[in-house]
Amino acid sequence: MKTLILRTASKYMLPLLLVFSVFILLRGHYLPGGGFVGGLMAAIAFVLHAFANGLENTKGLLRIDPAILMPIGLALALLSGIAPVLAVDLPFMSGLWWPDPVPIVGNLGSALFFDIGVYFVVIGVTLTIIFSISESA
Amino acid sequence: MMQQIVMYPLLFQLFLSIALIFLWKKISWQKAVSIIGSFINLGLSIWLFAHVWENGTKSIQAGNWEAPFGISFVADAFAASLVLLTAIAGLAVSMFSAGSLRSARLKFGFYPVFHFLLLGLCGAFLTGDVFNLYVWFEIIIICSFVLLTLGGERSQLEGAIKYFTLNFLASVIFLTAIAVLYGLTGSLSMADLATKVAEIENRTLVQVNALLFLVGFGIKSAIFPLYFWLPASYHTPPPAVSAIFGGLLTKVGIYALIRMFTLVFEIDPFIQNVLLGIAFLTLFSGAIGALVQNNVMKIFSYLVICHIGYMIAGLGMMTEVALAGAVFYLFHDILVKTNLFMVSGVINRIKGTGDLKKLGDLYADRPLMSFLFAIPLFSLVGIPPLSGFWPKISLISAAWDLNNYWIIAAILLGSFLTLIIIVKLWSEVFWKTGQKLPEQQNFPYFNKLRNYKKTQLIVPIVFLSLITLYIGFGAESIQNLSVRISEELLNKQIYIDAVFNK
Amino acid sequence: MEVLLATMIGTLYAAGIYLMLKRSLVKLIIGVILLGNGANLLIFLLGRIAKGSPPVIPDNSKIFLEAYTDPLPQALILTAIVISFGLQAFAIVLVKRVFQVVKTDDIDEMNTTDAQV
Repeated sequence: MKTLILRTASKYMLPLLLVFSVFILLRGHYLPGGGFVGGLMAAIAFVLHAFANGLENTKGLLRIDPAILMPIGLALALLSGIAPVLAVDLPFMSGLWWPDPVPIVGNLGSALFFDIGVYFVVIGVTLTIIFSISESA
Repeated sequence: MMQQIVMYPLLFQLFLSIALIFLWKKISWQKAVSIIGSFINLGLSIWLFAHVWENGTKSIQAGNWEAPFGISFVADAFAASLVLLTAIAGLAVSMFSAGSLRSARLKFGFYPVFHFLLLGLCGAFLTGDVFNLYVWFEIIIICSFVLLTLGGERSQLEGAIKYFTLNFLASVIFLTAIAVLYGLTGSLSMADLATKVAEIENRTLVQVNALLFLVGFGIKSAIFPLYFWLPASYHTPPPAVSAIFGGLLTKVGIYALIRMFTLVFEIDPFIQNVLLGIAFLTLFSGAIGALVQNNVMKIFSYLVICHIGYMIAGLGMMTEVALAGAVFYLFHDILVKTNLFMVSGVINRIKGTGDLKKLGDLYADRPLMSFLFAIPLFSLVGIPPLSGFWPKISLISAAWDLNNYWIIAAILLGSFLTLIIIVKLWSEVFWKTGQKLPEQQNFPYFNKLRNYKKTQLIVPIVFLSLITLYIGFGAESIQNLSVRISEELLNKQIYIDAVFNK
Repeated sequence: MEVLLATMIGTLYAAGIYLMLKRSLVKLIIGVILLGNGANLLIFLLGRIAKGSPPVIPDNSKIFLEAYTDPLPQALILTAIVISFGLQAFAIVLVKRVFQVVKTDDIDEMNTTDAQV
């Protein structure tokens, strides 16, 4: 599928989709969105790029192996989960909230870090699955 | 910090698996981290168990959402002892796999997945929410798929197809049952369901729902007409994987059955008859299946099915004595089955085959080791005073009180057939004068291994055998524990009060 | 709406089980996927279909001011979808590997683990 139109479009689509996925991630707590959807969207951005420019180019663009995102995301999610246990002796996964809203991001809380963890895990898992399936095809 | 003690084994397993993913390529590091981590996990589980033993049932609400709206994690004596047994079996298998698995398998992430599996097991035991139980079950089966297919040999892949299909079907049936239950009650917390399900007027629908749960968990625990995936797949992976499967995976199904049918659903005469019929047929068909097999691993696979029957019988009778027997048998079975699959792995390593017809001479070659292997083998039969003997007394006396002679006959028949199978195995593998087997190229024979590898293979078996011996000779303490568990199971209010913090 | 959904769920379950009984591996996977979707729709249906606002209490009040929809079925379905996504990805890779090793799509040919006594 190396058409000129798709290749040109994917160049602009990739950063746009990535920014949009971050937007979806951040609005997730009270509105539709969140880490899972955002992560899928970011993964789709890379898959689209791979469609247009070939797998090798996308891998070169990514530089890191997407599989490493899985443990990083899991560790982030675990940390945000046990932070209330360690810090204030509340049960696992209790929400800790920063009192004042931060510009752009909104209310900052442990739930956001959990969502960021999910975002990374989803990107890692999806890209690993798709890359390994299309490599061996 | 003491408030959150229920979650510590869970959180530690999760931490361990994440740490192991970071060490993906460093195999020797993974081995060390896994074994040391399993030791720490054992310590945490003992701590949790001691805490629950002294202070009674303990619960926490994840996310600090009040029950029944949030997900509760509940450690009663039953859950805490199963977490402890998971930690014991996990430690043994972690050490055994360090010695027995080829590095090609370890390179594809055996250890992280193994610890995710243990995480799923702990979660399934501790959770107090039906949907959360489903999620833990899925974690368990995804990890077991990966462990089952690591290596990708033909027999493994064929076994995995059957294992995957039937376990996925079980999950869908389980999910359907949850959907119906949620539609009926609008709640998913088990403690809340315990009171709400009893108030539903449409009893037929409740009964159908209970049967859906029975079928879903029944496939996972390999009861009579639903077990065909088990003997098709359990002998295909390496013995270390079979050990954790045979020891713990079917037992989670039994745990879930006991939990659901004591806490949420009432056992009415119809379900009681179904359960007792299933118990009878499971004992019989599992034993007959094992009788005709000629491969050590396949014999043990069928024996896994056979002995599920005892626990189903105990659940079906539903008296305090019967439940105590079922729980005791569950404890004994986890340790012995894990141990037996490891034993079959070592036998395979010594002789290079698992075929009964080709094996032989083991007693003449290695008398000490044969003596060690005799402990789990004859504990399984239940020769007094070894561990399999005591729970059967409880089960038989419970059946005697109910005047249910069929079940007594089934229990005796099951033990008798197990005895025949084990005696046959013993005479074929240990006493028979074997034939000279041609030496296989590139096969890691036991006597060619380096000493530390030999230790890694034998120490876990010794460890589990010692605990089995303790269960046999110190049966009184285990019996006390089982009786306390069955009292707690029959008195739902303890569980409900613990969840609602009354 | 309820009748329509109930019919659809029934069809999905029936089609899923029918396909799982076929001898072809690919049809088995498709059957598995259909069954999973049927179960998800069943949760959606049994969580009661009602029109209402999102279950978020506004800043200036303490209780719900209008009828709200139950958010739980959607959370359950999302979880179930994620899980079945993982399982199906695994299943597809497994089917491919099996086809490469066994060189057939016919499940009846895959009985070596049962046949040898």
